[in-house]
Amino acid sequence: MKNLLECEKGCKVKIVKLNAVSDLKQRLISFGIMKETVVEVLEHAPRKSTIEIKIGKMRLALRAEEAELIEVEKV
Amino acid sequence: MNQDVKACPIIANHIKVALVGQPNVGKSMLINSVSNAHLHVGNFSGVTVDKTEVLFDYKDYHFTVVDLPGTYAFTDYTIEERVTHDYLCAEEYDIIINVVDSTNLEKNLQLTAELLTMSKKVVLALNMSDEADKEGLEISAEYMSELLGVPCVKVSAATKFGIDELIELVASTHSGEKIAPKLVFSEAVEEEILRITSYLSKHKYQAKNSYRNIAINLLKNNKKTYTQLHDNPIWTELQPILIDASQHIELHHNCNDIKEAFAEEYAAFNRGICAEVVKNKQVEEKKTITERIDSILIHPILGIPIFLFFMWGLFQLTFEIGAIPMDYIDMFFGWLGDTIGATISHDDLRSLIVDGIIAGVGAVILFVPNIIILFIGIALLESTGYMSRVAFLLDGFFHKFGLHGQSFIPLVTGFGCSIPAYMSARILKNDRDRLLTLFIIGFMSCGARLPVYVLFAGAFFSPEMAGNILFAIYISGAMMGLIAAKVLKMTAFKGADEPFVMEMPKYRLPSLKLIYHTVLTKTMMYLKKAGTFIAAASMLIWFLSNYPHNLALEESYATKIENAATPKLKFEQENHLAEALLEQSYLGTIGKFSEPVFAPLGFDWKMSVALQTGLAAKEVVVSTLGVLYSLGSDVDEENNSLMGAISQHISLASAIAFIVVIMIYLPCLAASIVFTREAGGIRYFFYLFAFTSIVAYIMAFLAYNITLMIV
Repeated sequence: MKNLLECEKGCKVKIVKLNAVSDLKQRLISFGIMKETVVEVLEHAPRKSTIEIKIGKMRLALRAEEAELIEVEKV
Repeated sequence: MNQDVKACPIIANHIKVALVGQPNVGKSMLINSVSNAHLHVGNFSGVTVDKTEVLFDYKDYHFTVVDLPGTYAFTDYTIEERVTHDYLCAEEYDIIINVVDSTNLEKNLQLTAELLTMSKKVVLALNMSDEADKEGLEISAEYMSELLGVPCVKVSAATKFGIDELIELVASTHSGEKIAPKLVFSEAVEEEILRITSYLSKHKYQAKNSYRNIAINLLKNNKKTYTQLHDNPIWTELQPILIDASQHIELHHNCNDIKEAFAEEYAAFNRGICAEVVKNKQVEEKKTITERIDSILIHPILGIPIFLFFMWGLFQLTFEIGAIPMDYIDMFFGWLGDTIGATISHDDLRSLIVDGIIAGVGAVILFVPNIIILFIGIALLESTGYMSRVAFLLDGFFHKFGLHGQSFIPLVTGFGCSIPAYMSARILKNDRDRLLTLFIIGFMSCGARLPVYVLFAGAFFSPEMAGNILFAIYISGAMMGLIAAKVLKMTAFKGADEPFVMEMPKYRLPSLKLIYHTVLTKTMMYLKKAGTFIAAASMLIWFLSNYPHNLALEESYATKIENAATPKLKFEQENHLAEALLEQSYLGTIGKFSEPVFAPLGFDWKMSVALQTGLAAKEVVVSTLGVLYSLGSDVDEENNSLMGAISQHISLASAIAFIVVIMIYLPCLAASIVFTREAGGIRYFFYLFAFTSIVAYIMAFLAYNITLMIV
């Protein structure tokens, strides 16, 4: 099991679990970040401080701290 | 009276529409297409931060459309989302138009699903259907209407396709019977809904909403539904059923959060709908155009240099191209002053019009070309989708200074005008982050300060350098802002960081019409301000600088001037008189009184006065200098422009210190009022005043003395 931040650029993974607290979790879910969803890592900002992912057709920017809370597995 | 009747003859034909949708799906643009309004439109989440009402007539109907800020879900995460949720729950309206992005239907339907549980009539506008066509997406609106039980129509706000159909559909849905939407859940949830509804019908519970609706809201832990049922005798028996039902659903979804479970239910339902109604004719390209552009613009190494280059280019253009029509505008106002002045025989009146109004307003109008270029730059940044990319690139950097990546959006808006910038800080959830951003916005020099910079940069530097100087002023302002943020974050606004989750919109080529309208509206506002507020301020400043008349002084010079041997000496004497008169005027007295305060910064009394009048509006700084120097300086043939007067009378060190104060000190009166409102109390205004004044003074003092040492 690894988290989204550890994923390399270009890899596709499936979300297994959200370890965020309630408020942030709701926020992530409202963006479509939820269990069973497949996401693709598109780009890392300098020093991996922020990452860009793709969910369906939407591109989303996440800070490293938030990406770490998302547990994923290989598709 | 008659007008009132005209505005609303038959109440039955009045339809109040709430326009709801996720951020950046084109709600405001849709209103603009429907009603020819000019609401602000951009390509990033959070352009509309407060509700706006637009009225228009169509056939026999009077429509009131309320444009609500975009919201991803009903989570009340940010202030703007709360505005939308509160409106939908508590206000009176007839029907909801749910605007969705056709190219990203599945995600957009997530909000739709929540709207459908609100027991209001809903019409679904499938917006951006032109883009969907281009991407090879074929959507069947009829089939979708049938599946959802909600009328759907394909529209495009950009090409105005389907707009009439949408209005017709709203009108017919409004007059028709309400049909319950068909939202189907998984077996486990449906089972529990059935248990609750049959319980409610067994006890003949009286309610406005359908039992199914109540059951869903109970399962979703909707507070309002709970309070309604809480005082009812059936509650005692209902409660154990609900607890049991929640456990069942949570078990089914393998989680302990009923909200998460429902989000997954909706997502599954939406996936099903999309699979039915959307046909993808094109094989999806490996990389979309947006992704290809992104691979360059948000490149980990190249991204930030590219951004800085764009900004540098913008300020170069602002100065270079803006300077071309400047001479003509300057000449025009010179000619206007001479021509009008020649027709007026009364001395004071002539002076009021020529030296007061024309000099003051002319000094401000002079910078319209620069303002237009800056506004075009900001409009491009807003409408192409690049803004969010910069937020992405800078978040890491910003975070180090205690700011949020999304603070970038209000901060960039601040380069145009601080007022919308203060408003757009609402996209930040956390109050501490929002306040911090509000305090920093002033460091981003607004468009009204540009004239002051262009004036001084032009006065002291060669045209080739002036653009760079302009860029340096803006960048150093932003840098000081970041440092100030860090200091505030470590002292006044300590606390945990807000998470950063932001949608990156698709790149879009902005239409010329859109840019034209945005820039035109802003430029007209600038001109209007010049014609009204600035003209009035110029008159006031003229009055304060001409009165009280000192006859004794005039007489004592009158003989000197008459006795002057050569025309040159006469000219000198006349200037001495003007200077002496100005110094003993009301404005001179104020200036002299405050001069000691500003003396350590190297300002003469004229500059001190200009700074004080600038508290009303930053353009007034320029018009004040215009009035003061056209009255009391040795205006000769070669050097009758304000730039010339400034380079002659002000030392470089004082000029730099002056620029520094302008960069940092309190924004204009209007912006200060908005700041106070957004920050939530008058005490914040005093904090801001103290904070900016102290920082401005210290920085200007340092700048003055360092420049003195170097030069």
